[in-house]
Amino acid sequence: MTYPNMTVRRTPIDPGRTTLRPPKLPRWATAALVVGSLAAGATVGLVGRLDSRVQWGLIAALVFVAATYGLSAAIEGRRYAKDRLAAILVWACFVIAVLPLASLVWETVARGVPGVDWYFLTHSMNGVLSWQNGGGIYHALLGTVQQVLIASVIAIPIGLLTAVYLVEYGRGKLAKTITFFVDVMTGVPSIVAGLFILSLWIMMLDFGYSGFAGAMALAILMMPIVVRSTEEMLKLVPNELRESSLALGVPKWRTILKVVLPTSIGGITTGVMLALARIAGETAPILLLVFGNQMINGNVFEGAQSSLPLFVYEQWGYGTEQAYDRAWAAALVLIAFVMILNLVARGIARWKAPKTGR
Amino acid sequence: MAKRIEVSGLTAYYGTHKAIEDITLHVEPRSVTAFIGPSGCGKSTFLRTLNRMHEVTPGGRVEGKVMLDDEDLYGPGVDPVSVRRTVGMVFQRPNPFPTMSIYDNVAAGLKLNGVSYRKSELDDIVEKNLRAANLWNEVKDRLGKPGSGLSGGQQQRLCIARATAVEPEVLLMDEPCSALDPISTLAIEDLIDKLKSQYTIVIVTHNMQQAARVSDRTAFFNLAAIGQPGKLIEVDSTDRIFSNPSVQATEDYISGRFG
Amino acid sequence: MPATNKNTTTRLGDRVFSTLSKGSGIALLVIMAAIALFLAIRAVVAIREDEGNFLTTFQWDANADPPVFGIAVLLFGTVVSSVIAMALAVPVAVGIALFISHFAPRRLATTIGYVVDLLAAVPSIIYGLWGALYLVPHMTGLFLWLDQFFGWTKVLAYDGTPARSLMTVGILLAIMVLPIITSVTREVFLQTPKANQEAALALGATRWEVIRMTVLPFGRSGVISASMLGLGRALGETMAVATVLSPSFLIDPSLLESGGGTFAQNIASQFKEAGGTGRDALIASGLVLFVLTLLVNGAARLIIARRREYSGANA
Repeated sequence: MTYPNMTVRRTPIDPGRTTLRPPKLPRWATAALVVGSLAAGATVGLVGRLDSRVQWGLIAALVFVAATYGLSAAIEGRRYAKDRLAAILVWACFVIAVLPLASLVWETVARGVPGVDWYFLTHSMNGVLSWQNGGGIYHALLGTVQQVLIASVIAIPIGLLTAVYLVEYGRGKLAKTITFFVDVMTGVPSIVAGLFILSLWIMMLDFGYSGFAGAMALAILMMPIVVRSTEEMLKLVPNELRESSLALGVPKWRTILKVVLPTSIGGITTGVMLALARIAGETAPILLLVFGNQMINGNVFEGAQSSLPLFVYEQWGYGTEQAYDRAWAAALVLIAFVMILNLVARGIARWKAPKTGR
Repeated sequence: MAKRIEVSGLTAYYGTHKAIEDITLHVEPRSVTAFIGPSGCGKSTFLRTLNRMHEVTPGGRVEGKVMLDDEDLYGPGVDPVSVRRTVGMVFQRPNPFPTMSIYDNVAAGLKLNGVSYRKSELDDIVEKNLRAANLWNEVKDRLGKPGSGLSGGQQQRLCIARATAVEPEVLLMDEPCSALDPISTLAIEDLIDKLKSQYTIVIVTHNMQQAARVSDRTAFFNLAAIGQPGKLIEVDSTDRIFSNPSVQATEDYISGRFG
Repeated sequence: MPATNKNTTTRLGDRVFSTLSKGSGIALLVIMAAIALFLAIRAVVAIREDEGNFLTTFQWDANADPPVFGIAVLLFGTVVSSVIAMALAVPVAVGIALFISHFAPRRLATTIGYVVDLLAAVPSIIYGLWGALYLVPHMTGLFLWLDQFFGWTKVLAYDGTPARSLMTVGILLAIMVLPIITSVTREVFLQTPKANQEAALALGATRWEVIRMTVLPFGRSGVISASMLGLGRALGETMAVATVLSPSFLIDPSLLESGGGTFAQNIASQFKEAGGTGRDALIASGLVLFVLTLLVNGAARLIIARRREYSGANA
């Protein structure tokens, strides 16, 4: 097919395009602009008698953005100026976000380290008043470990089996409904899970506060995370594997147990550990259901217990310097606990990851 | 206005791996040059060095010269963005922008010009390029629909229209038909034949019949072994390469003895 | 997924296993239904006892006789603090996600991506502790400055008292949800088809234009759903708000000065003093929070599902 009078070419549509070497800001321009803006910020600060260095910095930053954009637009053109502006803003976002998060980690470590020692880890708060030094988190650590373990004992089987159902058996409406509600369940605020167990277990069935009650709430928070991550992992198992096993005459349930689950066990473990790390830091349901205790209570099924996050909250609430010190120290232990779980989980993920050709 | 390309001593790396080594050849304006050779011989890499797309790949690095008429693409102060504006590219798999309509796909490059077009002007350019890509009649009633709704062959012609709309000097095509059925392939080959009166066209292809059908000159690339850099074996008029090549390896490849 | 063949006789093991796994799935649904049911039962009791208007009363005296309480202040505080958090967090999160996916050198990008994922796991009580003991005193300067220039708006007026206000809560929530929004958004941005980005580059687009043409349109619904997930977290956040906010049952026009409250914070703060009706009242407010987060999360899921449909062309 040809079109008469139809040529592809037209008059040049972009008059600025005659060269491959458009005018560019030299490389040192950025450095010069940084120095210039800092100088401008300092000048304005001195002249205007601004005593906050933060304000100097902000002025310098604004000058830098405006000057870069203006200069680039004048020399390189608007397109390139926008490109530069975008790069600056994206870097700025990064810096803005890093500052508070770095401060959070720094404060926790710096204020927490002095308080953490062997005594702190091995003693409870029994008999220690808020304005006194000493005391420790043994009771809280014990509570956290027990509650998290019990929560996992409840949540992991249900979570795993649900994921198996969704991937291996699930069809039609039921599976779709479950998938949807698993998603929704991920978003249930922890305090709502706590209120639910409160109204069912404590108010209606009239049980007392206990680690177990808290563990049930934690299990509710943990289940959807386990389902989600396990589901993702099971979906990664290639169908050929299942089919070749079924073709050998292995019944389906044994295929799942002996072929599918072992293949994805690494990823599943990672998901479970991340879920553990998540619930280990939950405070709200513990506050409602485990109530808090200054003494060691090793019985998870009866009587109030403590937990690490709850301990932090309580110590913060006392409002004395000694209590703040304990709060930071406990916060550091909690962060370390959660981070170790995370790092191990990610380590497993990397170690068990299917080797790709990269 | 199509430009001549002259490459000398070009070597390209991925990190420390040398992908192609010391390539020297020239490409005539208003003609079709085909790159053929076995998989992994670096012909696509070489093609991507011609519009500085190679350096987009992490670790991608180039040594040597690529002259576009009298300007070195890798010279100091050369802006890769301007290079790519001048040297257009069509990819192996059709890749229209999925979130844009057919119309917007063709107009996409123009909107980058920094020049604002009147609606009627834009309409004209879109229509002209779609007609030139032999696609107008098939899509004129659904210009507002997403480009991803077209068939593979139509999508590839849409991509060609998108590339020609910014009026490049050179059009690079990286196995443009390898993902298409024979009928769509034929449509694209017709189109290449028509476009060559306006552009310098370089096409990488796995299909030797295609090289023989569409190209004026053919370059044969080969590599000594897996992991070794690809090299240019010979380049000559297509007739000669396919009838009487001067290197034995070329003849072996063309007659299907390997590769 | 292998289809179950109904013609074969199912073995006992198969039947047991499939029943078990199906049962687990159903158990999950039952739990969700039970949450709604049990909260609703107590909520109905509470609202019957309420001598005030549950929706409009600016007061929380649920333990008094007669009990008078309403969620107006809590709803206001929850929504306002979450909106502040989103307004601050979403643009920055998109920026960081772009930084990781398209701007940072590769090494740095991988490291930052990893750190962001780790930060998403920091327990909220630690944000709360940091917020109360570090962020609150450091807000005074900024708030005084805001007051100096925008104090006349009343909304940004500030009297210099400790900044345990909805604004500080909003800022803290923004910092808290930043990692999760960044993490999800980055994943979506990284999935932008390379073919499309190269197409844009080959047309002579600058890096920003590539992002405008391909990454942002492709990732738009991902950003929206990530924000909704973040919003869901911000709405339900308990400890960080409970430590930072100095609550009151008035709606103060100034967001910078102490006062206000949120659903979750109110439950945590009042729980230990609450008796029979008091607890029911807290559970009733929890039900409202539950519904609120359900709506937000449901909307996020719908957006994700829609996106799957129209990007099915796997371009």
